[in-house]
Amino acid sequence: MSAGADHLADARRLDSAVPGYVRDLRQRGAQQFAALGLPTPKLEDWKYTNLARLAQQSFALAPTGVPAAAQQLAATAKLGTGIELVFVNGHLAADLSTLGELPAGAVATSLADAMIRYTEVVAPTLGALAAPDVDGPLALNAAYAADGAFVFVPDGVALETPIHCLFISAANGQATMAHPRTLIVAGAGSRAVVIEQHVGSGTYWTNAVTEIALGAGASVTHHKVQRESAQAFHLAAVIATQAADSHLSSHAMSLGATLARTDLVTRLDAPGAACSFDGLYLAGETQHVDHHTTIDHRRPRGTSRELYKGILAGRATGVFNGKVFVRPDAQQTDAQQMNQNLLLSDDAQIDTKPQLEIFADDVRCSHGATIGQLDEDAIFYLRARGIDPADARRLLINAFANELVQRVDTEPLRRQLETVLAERLPALVGEQP
Amino acid sequence: MTEIILQIEDLHASVDGTEILRGIDLTVRRGEVHAIMGPNGSGKSTLCNVLAGRDGYTVTGGAVRYDGQDLLALAPEERARAGVFLAFQYPVEIPGVGNTYFLRSALNAVRKQRGQEPLDAMDFLTLVKAKMKLVDLDPKFLNRAVNEGFSGGEKKRNEILQMAILEPRLAILDETDSGLDIDALRVVADGVNGLRNEEHAVVAITHYQRLLNYLVPDFVHVLAKGRIVRSGDKALAAELERSGYVDIEGAAA
Repeated sequence: MSAGADHLADARRLDSAVPGYVRDLRQRGAQQFAALGLPTPKLEDWKYTNLARLAQQSFALAPTGVPAAAQQLAATAKLGTGIELVFVNGHLAADLSTLGELPAGAVATSLADAMIRYTEVVAPTLGALAAPDVDGPLALNAAYAADGAFVFVPDGVALETPIHCLFISAANGQATMAHPRTLIVAGAGSRAVVIEQHVGSGTYWTNAVTEIALGAGASVTHHKVQRESAQAFHLAAVIATQAADSHLSSHAMSLGATLARTDLVTRLDAPGAACSFDGLYLAGETQHVDHHTTIDHRRPRGTSRELYKGILAGRATGVFNGKVFVRPDAQQTDAQQMNQNLLLSDDAQIDTKPQLEIFADDVRCSHGATIGQLDEDAIFYLRARGIDPADARRLLINAFANELVQRVDTEPLRRQLETVLAERLPALVGEQP
Repeated sequence: MTEIILQIEDLHASVDGTEILRGIDLTVRRGEVHAIMGPNGSGKSTLCNVLAGRDGYTVTGGAVRYDGQDLLALAPEERARAGVFLAFQYPVEIPGVGNTYFLRSALNAVRKQRGQEPLDAMDFLTLVKAKMKLVDLDPKFLNRAVNEGFSGGEKKRNEILQMAILEPRLAILDETDSGLDIDALRVVADGVNGLRNEEHAVVAITHYQRLLNYLVPDFVHVLAKGRIVRSGDKALAAELERSGYVDIEGAAA
């Protein structure tokens, strides 16, 4: 391991009064991380994202308690609808959370609570999808498995209101880390909307892992909203498995952090499963944002639709790597993937790699990627109608992003995103030479 | 004599180092409709783009005064707010920008310049619906993105709609009639005629005489090789229709 920072030091001090399967997961994670360490650009999957800046720093688990900064962040980031589980530095803050009525049998609680109370659901699933064996950050998250969100929807139950899981990082001047873990289990024919949002202040490191298991015919919408502080490091993995005729709608919005890397994976493990992957990333100054997505068609008649859009300004760098696998048994797969990027400055950079690997013969698949600047003809057209050049640029950038914002069905979240973009876009336009 | 709104004097302009306009002189007064005709490559579109202020066109000599001020010193948006309107030959599709929002932003930019209060959404909708009837454009186009997926004729109607809403003091039509069927042509002509009074002026650039049957110009000019080589009344257009541009191009060479 590089630079001497012992990322496992605090894991040895975790509360050990947890069920045996959690201790086993931690142990597996610690062992794997000791072997793997943090990834370096020598690994193909980490070629364009260098964690050296992260690896050199030491981060500690935050002391328990809710700093004032966390309360302020909760007040502005909460959506005011449905159930809102608020986590501060990785642990549920009950006082900041809003609980509400759920249909019989449905559960939205902290993972720490669920590990004990819902062992029969948690034990077989936790760490099964996001195996800690393949990737350093995943292993490290397992080594620190302690808390996060747990959502369970029984067969045939539809949750009418969204579950908002708000992860806040805020410590008093100390470089902290949090390894929250979210587990979503949706029974056959169930429906749920889960919003996973990350915000914070100061310098810290979020290393989040989310597992989603969709039963037959289940429909899950997962929003991941990354609005970390400008000094934060954000690593995250969202890993799903889909039973027959299930539908996963994934929306990943990456707007903050100095370095953000999100891996999103779904396995269409049974016939007729469908997924849509939407992504929007904004980066300016020296921000780095990386999305790696994997849609794995393993069984027949699967459908996938993927649209990722990026806006990069200043000296920002972006990475999009989108793998779509169509396995030999996945006949009649229908897969479409598109990645579009808008570069607002000469120094901004994107490495995009759509990657389609097809091993079946009766399939419909398409993919593509575009990188471009704002359309000068469109800017002139708007100016010729009296609109300021800066307004014209903002209008076009907003239009580019808006396609994905408007696909967010949960209205309070959509409005929040519109507000955030309205604040963020002028700064990006201003960064133009 | 009525007031001069546009005065072009010995205008020279080049594109990528090639001189396209080679000394244009034109005087337009309030209330007048001028038609500028000419063969392909004569400089018609270059003249429009120079007047609207598009990048990539370099003025190498001469002057353009609009309403007493130096038009060429103004940015494109300043020209628009001062009342100059260019109907584009190829209106641009802008996905993601709603037509209503675009039209209202444009109108309010112009109103601000005139010292008028911005129109609120309701008042604007009332206005725009009335104007849409005038150009025979279905109100459903308001909910679409600017020009996105519009047919050629719908795009041109949308240009005329913008003109009708913005009520420019000087409207420049860059081959707005090209590719239009007879109904759309009539809509364009009606839109221009609706603007026709002692306050406004129109410069209609066209390749064909056809539009001029509906839009009876006060003056007709023939542009060839970057110069206005003949001027006359509407009879000149009819003459060109019979004889074509061949003689004129020969004379300009």
